[in-house]
Amino acid sequence: MKNTLLASKRLAISESGFVFDPVSGQSFSVNETGLVILHLAQHEDDLDKLVEQLAEQFDASILEINRDVQDFIYRLKGFLK
Amino acid sequence: MSITEKKPAWVAPVIVRHSSSGMNKFGGVREAQFRNEIAGVSIAELVEKYGSPLFVLSEEHLRQSVRRINRAFSTRYAKVRQAWSYKTNYINAVSAILHQEGCDAEVVSEFEYDKARRLGVPASRIFFNGPHKPRSALAKAVKEGARIHIDHLDELALLEEVANEQGVLEFPVTIRLNFDTGFTENWGRFGFNLENGQAMEAARRIAASPNLKLTGLHNHIGTFITDPRAYTAQVGIMIGFMNSVEAATGCTITTLDIGGGFASRNALQGVYLPPEQITPTAEQYAEAICGALAVGLKNREQNGKPLPELILETGRAVVDEAEWLISSVVANKRLPDGRRAMVIDAGVNILFTAFWYNHEVRPARPVEGIPEDTVLYGPLCMNIDIVRQSVSLPPMKTGDLLSFWPVGAYNNTQWMQFIQLRPAVVLVRQNGQVDVVRRAETLDDVENPEHLPIDLQPNFS
Ligand SMILES: Cc1ncc(COP(=O)(O)O)c(C=O)c1O
Repeated sequence: MKNTLLASKRLAISESGFVFDPVSGQSFSVNETGLVILHLAQHEDDLDKLVEQLAEQFDASILEINRDVQDFIYRLKGFLK
Repeated sequence: MSITEKKPAWVAPVIVRHSSSGMNKFGGVREAQFRNEIAGVSIAELVEKYGSPLFVLSEEHLRQSVRRINRAFSTRYAKVRQAWSYKTNYINAVSAILHQEGCDAEVVSEFEYDKARRLGVPASRIFFNGPHKPRSALAKAVKEGARIHIDHLDELALLEEVANEQGVLEFPVTIRLNFDTGFTENWGRFGFNLENGQAMEAARRIAASPNLKLTGLHNHIGTFITDPRAYTAQVGIMIGFMNSVEAATGCTITTLDIGGGFASRNALQGVYLPPEQITPTAEQYAEAICGALAVGLKNREQNGKPLPELILETGRAVVDEAEWLISSVVANKRLPDGRRAMVIDAGVNILFTAFWYNHEVRPARPVEGIPEDTVLYGPLCMNIDIVRQSVSLPPMKTGDLLSFWPVGAYNNTQWMQFIQLRPAVVLVRQNGQVDVVRRAETLDDVENPEHLPIDLQPNFS
């Protein structure tokens, strides 16, 4: 988790949700929530804290956000490895 | 709390990789297509009232579908009858609507025969196909005057015996033929082969019997036939055989039954063109078939023979597009290989056609977010229970509804009571009213035929 969050710092992120990984040359699309997470991850590599910050911004339970963010990061991990 | 203070709703985050085939960065970021109603009735309300999963039939769609086929043929050939292929969907409400629309019945077992009779179909309007018609079924069908399609020589002998027992003379019968059209694989296991002379031999046996009289020819070239030229070939071959058999035995053929097989707008797995592009219309099939009839029967009436009645046993193309299956998302999962998966409450137990179709799958509400390739698993604790190997769906929450279409053909008959009970089937009437035409099964429905010997009752006290 933590390593993936750290790795995500290398990504070039555009405001339209277009994401480029200079290491692998891959590009991705993220939705708005994905964009928020990647932005937060530039400064936050602790998953729990990241989830707390999201819960302040969005109308959903910590549980739901936590599950969705974990899923997102697993997915990212698969791409960045 | 005032509106300005309200936090935005949480939408699950999504990331998709751009493939090298160049999916552009905006390509996936659209609102997925959704379907929130069926024949004007809200899907969410249907599920709230009748549960999930739920089969939903549309009376309007069904009637329009059978009428369109009827119109396509009756405007091109003078004598056409549709015989509803019961095995495709024999929910009584479906068969009843089709009989109201003028369809006869096509049955392939004693069970289906009894079902049609119970619904009030006169035996003379039942076409009785199938490789297994036990003596009791044949006796009933002869007594009541059904249209029997003979499948093999043993059946021919049994039928002759039965007719003889009842003192019936010249009982009109049809033989099922099989032959190579050059378009589809011949279903050689049914009926009498034309090329090797079996069919002519059967006709001679019938001609020699005082109890039977050959009046019809039947053939079914297969199912989901997407090239109408296959029917042109079929009709040509059947007319050729009709002429030879009439010349050889002195019989007169009054019906040509060309079976079923028209494709519906469903996507066969492994076919990459969309169904709108490969599925011929009713008019295209009619053109191919009636064109061949016009050519083949040009001089028939001059030669003192009647124009044969054309019988269609269309199943799939009549009913497939008139029914939807609604299912709920039970869980979201990430598979070890990174793919996204969902568990839904409808599996291959009720959506049998998931084995060969890629149904159209739509969320029941507009869902924002990037669609992602998703595997859809049913609720069965069985590895085979895959409703879809891969379908692009936006992020969805548990409880969200999905509709599957077209599902009208072969699901409500081939479904099985396995692990789960079977759900309700509702019919949206033309006036918007909703009728339950098959209620959801209960534990009692499953256990009623059973008997537990009293000494086997477990005692846990
Ligand atoms: C004898 C016969 N008639 C009609 C049908 C209906 O076929 P379809 O649903 O392809 O129209 C079948 C289906 O296999 C059949 O075996």
